[in-house]
Amino acid sequence: MAKDMMQPFELYQPDTLENALSLADRFGADGWVMSGGNDSLDWFKDRAKQPVAVIELGGLSDLSGIKAVDGGLEIGAQTTLTEIATSELVRDKFSLLADAAVKVASPQIRNASSIGGNICQDTRCWYYRDGLDCYRAGGTTCYADTPEGMNREHCLFGADRCVAVSPSDTAPALVALDAEFVISGASGTRTVPASEFFIGPDVDITRMTVLEPGEILTLIKIPATFAGATFYFEKVADRNVWDFALVNVAAAIKENGNVIEDVRVVCAGVECVPKRLTVVEEVVKGGVRDEETARLAGQSAIRGATPLNFNHFKIPLMENLVMRALRDA
Amino acid sequence: MAYNLIGKDFAPPDITAKVTGRAKYAEDFRVEGMVYARLLTSPMPHAKVKSIDASAALAMPGVLGILTADDVPAQPAPNKSILSNEPMYVGEPILAIAAESDQLCMDAIDAIKLELEPLEFTVDPLQSLYPGGPNARSDGNVAGRKAGQPYVKEKKWSARDFATAGEGQLPMGPPEDEWVYGDLEVGFDDSDYTMDETFITQGLSHHALEPRSCLSYWQNGKCYVHGSSQSQSFVMPGLAAYCGVEMKDLVFIAEFCGGGFGAKGVAYTEMAIPAYMSKKINRPVMLRISRAEEYGLGSARPGFQGRVKMGFDKNGRIKACDLYIIQENGPDRGMNDYISAADALSLVYTPENMRFRGIPVETNTPPRVPQRGPGQNQIACVIEPLLDKAAAALGVSRLDIRTINAPDNSTLYGPQKGKVTSAYLKEAYDKGAADFNWEEKRKLSGQRNGSKVMGIGLGSAYHSAGYSGFDGLVVITPEGKLNIHNGVGNLGTYSHTSTARVAAEVLKMDWDDCTLLRGDSRKHLPWNLAQFGSNTSYTMTRTNYVAAVDAMNKLKEIAAADLGGNAEDYEVDGKRVFASADSSRNMSYAQAAQRAVELGGRFSGQEAPEDLNPMTQAAVAGVAGSGLVGVSKDTLPQEGTVPAFAVGFMQVEVDLETGKYEILDYVGVADCGTVLHPQGLAQQIKGGAVDGIGLGGYERHVYDPQNGLPACVGLNAARLPTILDVPSTMEASAVEIADPMNPVGARGIGEPVQGCAAAALLSAISDAMGGHYFNRVPVMPDMIVNASMGREQSHGPLQVNTF
Repeated sequence: MAKDMMQPFELYQPDTLENALSLADRFGADGWVMSGGNDSLDWFKDRAKQPVAVIELGGLSDLSGIKAVDGGLEIGAQTTLTEIATSELVRDKFSLLADAAVKVASPQIRNASSIGGNICQDTRCWYYRDGLDCYRAGGTTCYADTPEGMNREHCLFGADRCVAVSPSDTAPALVALDAEFVISGASGTRTVPASEFFIGPDVDITRMTVLEPGEILTLIKIPATFAGATFYFEKVADRNVWDFALVNVAAAIKENGNVIEDVRVVCAGVECVPKRLTVVEEVVKGGVRDEETARLAGQSAIRGATPLNFNHFKIPLMENLVMRALRDA
Repeated sequence: MAYNLIGKDFAPPDITAKVTGRAKYAEDFRVEGMVYARLLTSPMPHAKVKSIDASAALAMPGVLGILTADDVPAQPAPNKSILSNEPMYVGEPILAIAAESDQLCMDAIDAIKLELEPLEFTVDPLQSLYPGGPNARSDGNVAGRKAGQPYVKEKKWSARDFATAGEGQLPMGPPEDEWVYGDLEVGFDDSDYTMDETFITQGLSHHALEPRSCLSYWQNGKCYVHGSSQSQSFVMPGLAAYCGVEMKDLVFIAEFCGGGFGAKGVAYTEMAIPAYMSKKINRPVMLRISRAEEYGLGSARPGFQGRVKMGFDKNGRIKACDLYIIQENGPDRGMNDYISAADALSLVYTPENMRFRGIPVETNTPPRVPQRGPGQNQIACVIEPLLDKAAAALGVSRLDIRTINAPDNSTLYGPQKGKVTSAYLKEAYDKGAADFNWEEKRKLSGQRNGSKVMGIGLGSAYHSAGYSGFDGLVVITPEGKLNIHNGVGNLGTYSHTSTARVAAEVLKMDWDDCTLLRGDSRKHLPWNLAQFGSNTSYTMTRTNYVAAVDAMNKLKEIAAADLGGNAEDYEVDGKRVFASADSSRNMSYAQAAQRAVELGGRFSGQEAPEDLNPMTQAAVAGVAGSGLVGVSKDTLPQEGTVPAFAVGFMQVEVDLETGKYEILDYVGVADCGTVLHPQGLAQQIKGGAVDGIGLGGYERHVYDPQNGLPACVGLNAARLPTILDVPSTMEASAVEIADPMNPVGARGIGEPVQGCAAAALLSAISDAMGGHYFNRVPVMPDMIVNASMGREQSHGPLQVNTF
């Protein structure tokens, strides 16, 4: 019942990944792996999440930094959003990610937040964040998906008991760049494509990613596939600083002349996962990039969109953003 | 008139402390033995407390006590409770726990077993007015104040009232308040164009950066309170009553205020909680209020569901206006925003015939209190875009339709045919149009650039801006310095100082030789009005003026007595009082003050005028014998409402594909009489514009109809505008025509500078959209996208609590 005062917990600040994994393994579901803290501290202050142990990753310098590898990039999960937004390596060949990173929250938050944390952050559904006993919190109801629910910011696609959306700006950019995520756990390391890292309520309604308790996202690999391609990122939020996207779009377009050879188009804010728009990609691939292609892209993007009571606007907004991605990139 | 101090910038005496962080706000104070208290607030919008089992909490080591509604005096319904056994909104304080640490308080609160019985609730006034609809209170659903007396009653409209309204139009059943002047029927018959519009204005949180934490303790029978307050002396009577002490036994310290915006203008109930807890556990108690709690108990601006019918002649003159407002009143006494809105409409647009009807309906949402331009700023958001609509229909200029209806010095407004002290709204528009380059800018209306389209907007707002009848107190010390005792408070605008400088101006003193005494009731502060209602510039220049004039007269009397002649033969120059005919016959202020001490009586405060407020009498007794005392009640002539007007002009570029817009230019002009403090005024105009952009286009205040939960708690969720949402530069200026009823010509300005910017924004957005009117504030990107893409809005025309 008490809110707005952080509960006591043990704080661990490991200096090696090995120690961090060992702690994460030891505490399992009682542990909480924390990166920059901008998502975690909200939960703690509201006493909605009360971990016994918090394992803070800020001291793991090995997990920070950006390297050019085989024409692509390797980005440590603890690299800050400010570093990514200002990195010459990122800006040079993968500016899509820099353009997304610089739109996250505010300068202060970008200075403190890691790319890993931005990818792994929990959804912002206000009912869920308020600590209500909704499906995602282990309960048996959804307060947003009702005739009176306040669901302006909720999903158009993939509703399954829960209608929350992916809030990240960098996640759609990474999906569009065919990135892979390296995950370490007590039992070893695995690599997961970005497009499979995020999961919807149909897979597991209580989490947003494939990360299991005890696992840590350590590295992001961006392949050379879209190096130097034409990019487009746009975020529409109610305000221009310190806000989550109502809808955002990330597009990577490889062109030969003005023919679209390969393309990725991904939106967040419309589904529980960053939504890769494969239909749009099929529609525009091989076509000439012009107004007509852009218009068709927008129209294709919203096929199957099922609005809730207060988020009808996301349909034209998403349509327009995808159209702009193809038109204005 | 040439002044030495008035109209000049100055360094406010408290600014160094603010900039360096040395300023002590209520929560920064520590006293020996101090412990903490935190609140257990209601998780339900309306409930009865069935039982409280605090045994486990009180058994925790370091937990010192509990305070419940049974420990504090009940307040007469429908006034806000200090603590409640029938909470009526999510976040209403039920009990407080004291403990050695803040953390321990919350752990103890977690250990309390609270049994609540849920009661019916509502977050929508129209739902409550419907036959059989829920009442927000057990004793009724309509509450407010009439003739100063609070009332509460049950009132339902008939199903027929609702059925006859028409789809999407506001039903208008029997009102609670009503007035009329002129003949509406004749007015509408004389009209060439008539509109009938239903509208919604959203309530808003105050967003003060400083939550209302409060420290209290008892020493030698006196109750000490360190609070967060806009005001000082005016708080005392109410606070003494809440705390159950006589005013002489109350010490109130409030030197700095981290924002109030109307919610901390007068005494509030939360200040009494640590006082009672301290008395109960015999330890100083710091009640910590969190930001999240502030969004509940910190109160809010009321929202409106309304309807306005206006008839215009072919020139745009308003011949008739019929206004109906249902006010979302929160769970208790509420605030008269709806009445003030009608008052503002009648003055700002001077309709020839007008009727107002209104009803305040209780909701299980935070209490409603004043917020910057309470009523006036909401109605500006409603009416200004509709003037554009009428102008377009009639083919008249959007500027002309505003100036043709604007009041002037001869205006008689409202049902009482009230006068104004002076009014230069038209001049403000003229100045704003010139500064903004209106004639050129308006040609940009509708100009397309890809998906973007230009919009040009303008608007005005009003608030009454000054009162009379309060007291001024100054002391010239035997060192020749001037102490200005100031009980007005510190809202953060520095008007405590800009108005005090009038005393120095009268006595021709160097400002460096003056000291402002304020922020602590032990500093012998006179009875002054609160820092609310845009009044300080007008009210406090008068009090400081009359006190300084009294001091000057006493200087002259003393000089005449000692040096010969009559008082009127003497003049002052800031250091000396001297004979006009022979300046060698003089005495210094220091000598005169020393003589005043020797003479005693009224010269040094041993006697005081009988018409002073008892608080001022006590203050005079406190300074008696310390120098030459200038003290007086403000009985200067005062006839008519003192108005403050502000106008704003705005240029926006709206992206029709995303619903986002950029504000490219803003010009604000104030009609506030003589400018006391240019930097302070510019800051009010520009800061008010930022606040207005929030009111018109950003801020949210939403209560879930399913469970009464607030959806917009905190500075993030409430979406107040950020630095990148407002123009990087804004222009501010003033009409600068002196008001005849103020000794230095000043009037206030703090409130309308918000409303005019909100109105200009709404006007500009609708202009960009080719005359699409939303009839709702705020206008958010989702609404713009829906409208620009030809889609229906997600919300119904009368729906409140919409995202």
